[in-house]
Amino acid sequence: MSLVKQFTKGFFRENPILVLLIGMCPTLATTTSAINGLGMGIATTFVLTCSNVVISLLAKYIPDKVRIPSFIVVIASFVTIVDLVMQASVPDLYETLGIFIPLIVVNCIVLARAEAFASKNKLLPSFLDGLGMGLGFTMALGILGTIREILGSGSVFGFKFIKGDGILVFILAPGAFIALGYLIAFINKIRKA
Amino acid sequence: MEYIIIIISAILVNNIVLAQFLGVCPFLGVSNKINTSFGMAGAVTFVMVLATIVTYLIYNYILVKLGIAFMQTISYILVIATLVQMVEIILKKISQPLYQALGIFLPLITTNCAVLGVTLLVIKKSYNLLEGVVYSAATAIGFGLALVILAGIREQLDLLNVPEGMKGAPISLVTAGILALAFMGFSGIVR
Repeated sequence: MSLVKQFTKGFFRENPILVLLIGMCPTLATTTSAINGLGMGIATTFVLTCSNVVISLLAKYIPDKVRIPSFIVVIASFVTIVDLVMQASVPDLYETLGIFIPLIVVNCIVLARAEAFASKNKLLPSFLDGLGMGLGFTMALGILGTIREILGSGSVFGFKFIKGDGILVFILAPGAFIALGYLIAFINKIRKA
Repeated sequence: MEYIIIIISAILVNNIVLAQFLGVCPFLGVSNKINTSFGMAGAVTFVMVLATIVTYLIYNYILVKLGIAFMQTISYILVIATLVQMVEIILKKISQPLYQALGIFLPLITTNCAVLGVTLLVIKKSYNLLEGVVYSAATAIGFGLALVILAGIREQLDLLNVPEGMKGAPISLVTAGILALAFMGFSGIVR
């Protein structure tokens, strides 16, 4: 597979959320607005890319039996870095995303890419795979965040275009499930057509 | 009284899956059959309570004492992974039927974000050990409740004619959304 394909497969064909349906928890929890969704996406992209790079370099030296714990330690280190950096530089966003920043550790996407791709491939493909998958994830979060923000509070990226409140339920928990359900149904429809 | 508030809040008002979005992957993954969802709920309860006790002790007596609280995430995930492995080995030795019943669900729990989430929340809410245990047990029951209800609905859903694009995950997500809407009716019971 060409390098370009490695990079772009995460955008649509193998989009982790819309097609593979992994990493649902942060998707549902952090997409109350477009900004929050994108912030979470970027944090995950950073962890995914860095852990893919490091794991592709280390894979040869890690014994097969302790593979998964070693990967988790690598991932957890990068998550700690993101956690501390965000706490210092964007405290408001950090406060909103809250517990979901440390929970990037158990995001299935990160470990799945480490195990399925980075441990078997060289540095450059792993880097592109991580970046592409991360951007696909960010894109899906951005789309869902935008939809929920428009419906729920009648604004786009914080700019209000209606008076008063939107359909409040879309900002709350039930709206997350319903919006994501219909978004995936829509994508299914496009893929089948 | 304090404990009753924690329990009601964790099971109904701030349900871990339907209000806090932790553990959505197993929630959607193993909610096909009522039986398997009972198995998953049991395994999660077991690990969640144990993990809360162990991580609480580690955080307060090792990490804080040594001034390395920033190692929280790394140490927690290792503790949980080890704990799951240990529980699996012990169960295999002492109770074959229970081990068979929980089966494949045990290893899956390591990557269940609800477990790591609860251990982090216990520290964040600055509970003491007993409150933490009550909170984690109640949360696990809330997880089990949501799982079993969704499984019940999905068993009925199999008999219906669902539109092509909505089959599988989308319809489950929308169902979960309506379930979450129902659970929102409980908000206001506790503060």
